[in-house]
Amino acid sequence: MDSNLGSDFSNAKRAHSWLGFDAAFSRSLGKRGWVGMTLPKKYGGHERTAMERYVVMEELLAAGAPVFAHWVADRQSAPLLLHYGTEEQRLEILPRIAAGECCFCIGMSEPNSGSDLAAAQTRATRKDEGYCVNGTKLWTTNAHKAHYMTLLARTDKSDERHGGMSQFLVDMRTPGIEVRPIIDLAGEHEFNEVRFDDVLLPPTALLGNEGDGWKQVMGELAFERSGPERFLSSFALLNELVRVLSDAPDRQARQAIGRLLGHLMVLRHMSQSVAGMLQRGENPTLQATIVKDLGTIIEQEIPEIARTLVKVEGSLESADTFAATFARTLLAAPSFSLRGGTREILRGIIARGLGLR
Amino acid sequence: MSSMILDTAEKIFTRNANVLSPGTFDVVHWTEVEASGFTLALLAEEAGGFGLSAGDATSILRVSAKHASRLPLAETMLANWLLADSGLPIANGVTTIALVDALPSENCRSVVATRVPWARASGAVVVVALDGRIGSFDSPRIVAHGMNFAGEARDDIELVWSEEISKAKAPRRFETYLALCALLRVIGLAGSAEAALKLSVEYANDRVQFGRPIGRNQVIQHQLAIMASHVAASTAAADMAATAFPLVLTDEDRFKTIVASAKIRAGEAAGICASIAHQVHGAIGITEEYRLHNLTKQLWSWRDEYGNEAFWSEVLADQMLSMKTPSPWQFLSREAVHVD
Ligand SMILES: Cc1cc2nc3c(=O)[nH]c(=O)nc-3n(C[C@H](O)[C@H](O)[C@H](O)COP(=O)(O)OP(=O)(O)OC[C@H]3O[C@@H](n4cnc5c(N)ncnc54)[C@H](O)[C@@H]3O)c2cc1C
Repeated sequence: MDSNLGSDFSNAKRAHSWLGFDAAFSRSLGKRGWVGMTLPKKYGGHERTAMERYVVMEELLAAGAPVFAHWVADRQSAPLLLHYGTEEQRLEILPRIAAGECCFCIGMSEPNSGSDLAAAQTRATRKDEGYCVNGTKLWTTNAHKAHYMTLLARTDKSDERHGGMSQFLVDMRTPGIEVRPIIDLAGEHEFNEVRFDDVLLPPTALLGNEGDGWKQVMGELAFERSGPERFLSSFALLNELVRVLSDAPDRQARQAIGRLLGHLMVLRHMSQSVAGMLQRGENPTLQATIVKDLGTIIEQEIPEIARTLVKVEGSLESADTFAATFARTLLAAPSFSLRGGTREILRGIIARGLGLR
Repeated sequence: MSSMILDTAEKIFTRNANVLSPGTFDVVHWTEVEASGFTLALLAEEAGGFGLSAGDATSILRVSAKHASRLPLAETMLANWLLADSGLPIANGVTTIALVDALPSENCRSVVATRVPWARASGAVVVVALDGRIGSFDSPRIVAHGMNFAGEARDDIELVWSEEISKAKAPRRFETYLALCALLRVIGLAGSAEAALKLSVEYANDRVQFGRPIGRNQVIQHQLAIMASHVAASTAAADMAATAFPLVLTDEDRFKTIVASAKIRAGEAAGICASIAHQVHGAIGITEEYRLHNLTKQLWSWRDEYGNEAFWSEVLADQMLSMKTPSPWQFLSREAVHVD
């Protein structure tokens, strides 16, 4: 990080956590072999184990490295392509992902389909030349920077709520796609509205089998939810807190920091066992859901605890790194338990796992 | 985890049914537990054990906690390990542990130890002192009877000096002994929380109000989902701590860090789990007849024994802050147990 970003890459910048976007940094990680680590060599990967990949991910997150340019592609699009893509799709895209050069966005949510993903209305109609897509995707993070979108769309009328959906690999340069920025409460442009107006996709854009969209998306979400980014988003603020308090920590501060360390230690153990399950080919959906739910609670607690221990008036523009790091983390905190499935939806999944639904 | 041990433990602890008055335990049941060799489970083979991993050995305690088998097993198990570790002779029967400032000596002949688990039933007490000595005392004199919520004896005892007492220089630091005791409670907390969850889920599926099982209501589902997350954290804490057991011999600092984390996490989970379990059960849950309280009383007692969350949080913070450049991440990643 020092050689790529300079040694003055401050905690306030690190507080962007994995949402920090730096294409050059992602490329240099790709050169080191730290992207696409578990992919087969013939697709540009490094055939490392899931645990080895996990260790690298953790170190990057703990350091607050700007990894967003390749994060989504590496985390969920690559496994998706590997499982369901055609050989042609894999050969074309996986090596670019492994090089840290390929940015993906996720086209699931829509104006009327948030938690209720099965209510998606975007439609892909089969034509002779391929598929014609009409509809609107919403909250699409990085759509304005991405090379590809994995799009969930209806391909069929189906009586079954989860039926008739398919996934597509969409080149974001395709004519008819309009990306409109949505500015968030921190003034950042991260997510977008993406409109499809008679967008013609080639037949080769179909990802996996027609009609399997729901099943594939559920698999993708398991990857989206299982990583260590689900408990390390506020780590830069914890570092700041320790830096500010370490000279003269009173009892309250030591108790609060020690408690956080204890919780993080156990969360890390839990998160590592999810990675272990993935490595053994087991299905960690329930365990990953629990780790995400507990992880986001801690992530959201950290700014609340920080402000009880250190007097601060947060400000993104502040020259004081504590105030700026606090502000960045606090303003990001509400999204922790929304993105990748809301807290309520996760608890529904856990309840189902308990046999209550 | 070896399933044979778990099966045996399940069988033995399920049989335990005698309801006895608080402060006592079922002697017949205890004889059976002793006969099964569980009290030696932590010992290495050379020391008279069966070569079980710490994970396997402590899984016995988890099962025992799940069944709320009120027995002096955790103490006896660890006391035997402490004796072997210090080169002192292994005692017979119920043995307990006391942590004190100093052993009795010629100058100060009598020392009182408070809230010693099952002292009234113990043939011997392993006494660990802050001054770095460890000794084994036979038949301690009981000064006062006491109990925890779960009806487990916690007695005050007097230790009296005599020439014959076998003692040694303690091979470990004092806080390591405290962490060892805390580890046992973490295991017990995990087992209790797990059993309370199972009972609560079953109850939510059975109990009908407004024409349907209460568990069909999303509020109840979410409460139980929260509880399940804390149970998962508690179980992970117990696994993490049990796996760390061998570190006691090689890296006491790391061992302390891991147990401290586990006790903080399982301790916090305990209160949340007890509260949700009772809420879901309604009035039946607070009756003497229904077995939930046996589990929640274990949760309420064990989270405070051998250091509560605040205590271990300070220990953890002090460890991290004493690094040359305090770094939470280096502290966490250096100290964790690697699972694969
Ligand atoms: C920072 C950020 C980035 C995102 N990036 C992407 C992206 O790249 N691609 C993408 O496709 N999506 C993205 N999303 C969208 C995200 O997946 C949705 O926000 C999420 O699924 C919730 O949908 P919603 O916002 O429409 O809320 P709603 O579904 O309308 O929910 C509103 C509230 O109602 C609750 N609720 C809904 N249904 C139930 C129910 N059955 N029971 C109980 N409570 C319920 C929810 O939990 C929530 O509290 C992003 C979101 C955020 C915040």
